[in-house]
Amino acid sequence: MDPITLSRWQFGLTTVYHFLFVPLTLGMGWFVAFMQTRYYQTKDETFLKMAKFWGKLFLINFAIGVVTGIVQEFQFGMNWSEYSRFVGDIFGAPLAIEALLAFFMESTFLGIWIFGEGRVPEKVHLASIWLVAIGSNLSALWILLANGWMQHPVGYVLNEVTGRAQMVDFFALITNPKGWIFFWHTIAAGLATASFLILGVSAYHLVRKTKYTDLFKRSFQIAAIVGLVSSTLVFLGGHTQGQYIYETQPMKMASIEALWDTEQPASFSILTIGDLSGKKEVWSLRLPAFTSFLACNNFNCEVRGVNDIQAEYEQKYGPGDYIPLMVFTYWSFRFMMTVGFIMILLSAFFLWALRSDITKAKWMKWVPWVIVLPYIGNTGGWILTEMGRQPWIVQGLLKVQDAVSPNLTTVDLLISLIGYVVVYGALAVADFYLMRKYALAGPDAALRESVDVAPASVGAQD
Amino acid sequence: MSYEFLQTLWFILIAVLWIGFYFLEGFDFGVGMLLTFLGKKDNERRAIINTVGPTWDGNEVWLLTAGGATFAAFPQWYATMFSGFYLALFLLLVALIIRGIAFEYRSKDASPKWRNTFDWMIAIGSFLAALLLGVAFANLAEGVPINDKMMYTGNLFTLLNPYGLMGGLATVSVLLLHGANFLALKLDGELRERVRDWSKKIYWVAVILLVVLMIGTFFFTDMVSRLGYNPGIIPVASVICLLLSGFFINRKMEGWAFVMTSLNIVFTQITFFTIMFPRVMISSLNPAWSLTIYNASSSQYTLTVMSIIALIFVPIVLAYQAWTYYMFAKRISTKKDSLVY
Repeated sequence: MDPITLSRWQFGLTTVYHFLFVPLTLGMGWFVAFMQTRYYQTKDETFLKMAKFWGKLFLINFAIGVVTGIVQEFQFGMNWSEYSRFVGDIFGAPLAIEALLAFFMESTFLGIWIFGEGRVPEKVHLASIWLVAIGSNLSALWILLANGWMQHPVGYVLNEVTGRAQMVDFFALITNPKGWIFFWHTIAAGLATASFLILGVSAYHLVRKTKYTDLFKRSFQIAAIVGLVSSTLVFLGGHTQGQYIYETQPMKMASIEALWDTEQPASFSILTIGDLSGKKEVWSLRLPAFTSFLACNNFNCEVRGVNDIQAEYEQKYGPGDYIPLMVFTYWSFRFMMTVGFIMILLSAFFLWALRSDITKAKWMKWVPWVIVLPYIGNTGGWILTEMGRQPWIVQGLLKVQDAVSPNLTTVDLLISLIGYVVVYGALAVADFYLMRKYALAGPDAALRESVDVAPASVGAQD
Repeated sequence: MSYEFLQTLWFILIAVLWIGFYFLEGFDFGVGMLLTFLGKKDNERRAIINTVGPTWDGNEVWLLTAGGATFAAFPQWYATMFSGFYLALFLLLVALIIRGIAFEYRSKDASPKWRNTFDWMIAIGSFLAALLLGVAFANLAEGVPINDKMMYTGNLFTLLNPYGLMGGLATVSVLLLHGANFLALKLDGELRERVRDWSKKIYWVAVILLVVLMIGTFFFTDMVSRLGYNPGIIPVASVICLLLSGFFINRKMEGWAFVMTSLNIVFTQITFFTIMFPRVMISSLNPAWSLTIYNASSSQYTLTVMSIIALIFVPIVLAYQAWTYYMFAKRISTKKDSLVY
């Protein structure tokens, strides 16, 4: 395999992996901050235990998000040096600002939150968890503005002499609608992810009638409300996204739908059997005019097909293949959307069910499985947005194949790729083990650092 | 503000970020390396970790910010260095990952095997990170093979040359001493006595390795031809500060000993950046192919925008980080009831 294929795999794997942990961090921070605030206001011990219990799961998850995030920042230079040279003038800025404004904030105040209880004033301790939540979401904003620029470059000119993109309008960069819609979509998805984790874990404890029924009932209730609101917002953000994709990345839109030929109004395929990456479909189940609705929020606009856009791009950018891997764009979108709708319906159902005693409901024992739903949706969305922009690394400006570091060898890449897989695999095992252990053990365990009493040998406790 | 002024300003800012990183994360690395050797019992190890527990993550952000600032202000430097030092940086990332995770996960299971494994990951990760960063900096000062396309043409072993190794070993030993001094300042009771003994032993190793590095600098870098035989006051001050730290260690004045290793780190880093300036990646193939602050920087517009942002936010960050240290200034004891797990 050549370095570019391996670099692509490495970036894809490390990014998707990183984003398994990020949404929960984004969402759970708000929950813990809210619960601790309620404790501060009411002095109701249940809220304190809630904050500690969910806070413990938040911390276990947070750690992996942090360490895998460093890899992301370094990888632009390590694997995509030509990209970094080309866009550094404009893309480096949000990354540097992210570190300065967000990373410092979340990591410093997380330290205060973990170690500060009883050492710093209660108000400061409470403020610190809010600052952690704000900091991590702020970090999402800057990275999504950076990513938004790759999808829809604004505020730049191409410097004829250096052949590089050059920033001319910082304001355009930070008001890029693409980035802000990503942000809306992503923080709502983060809240939904946290909601569904809380729903699932609470249901586990409610079914078993552990001694914290009240705590988990309240958690379940809060999560059902936030889950409904946030998954609806995810849907609305996604829908708004559709119109921007239609305008700025028509090829992505067409490949989401496997729409080969231009249609007006364009129908939406619910299922397509046949050759998605090839040139024809065998059979498909279609909903009339629905793609038009997704693309332009009305039922009769024209949506351009892949073949048309390919022809236009060849004329504009020279010969080449401008079609993304349609199997991925088509199916990741469908997975994401299906899961999103299920999440809206489920959280509405949970909210409705709360009118009676949910601990007696038979379906409750299946609820822990809902935890996986947002993960499918988050991963689907990420794959869709990144693979849908191929072959471009910066839409219309630079192709992925021209962005890779020219000095890397296959051996370099094999060492790092295998290394990441091994290390990340081990991290995933440790994370899953701890998340499960603390989730099942309940609030008592979360009040101590370890579920068990401290060990005997390394070494004996005094 | 003129373009040239901005380019110089950002060189200085990035140098400040690296110096801040070495000073702060420096003692974290030292503490990490000492962890498994100094702490015999579980509560001792927890006490040692707690000396840096609330702050290590914030300290590491200095590295991320240095990386981000390099990307924004000198994209060519960022691209050449990060792609060129590929495997070294990969190892650095692995070291930082296992170390960071271990800090957070080591106490979350009670099995002695689990804890011991993560404690060793802290120690090994800290050692590897310190070593690699030292090697990298020595190579930046010495020069590495860079061709006329700003591309690094060496490999991992190119970096492991005599001067690079001198830099790596000196960094490890100085950061060990720095960490030991920090621990003597933060710990209590028997552990404090034990770490003082370590300081005394490490001190001599650090002095020898730093002097070797300083002598090596005359031969392996182009300092003499550019700055002359008299290296100026800063490198000399760096060695004197290290010697003074030994003086204070022997008199059990750990506060001053820590100040002296801190100054030593600051002066050593300034020396390296002075040797480099105005170059950011020195080409060992042809001086004309070196990356400088002039040919590697972003546009004037970007530098202006970033300067305004840095001017507003750097003081805020400094204020709340300093405040954190003030908040956690108390000594840490190994007594069970006072130990945060």
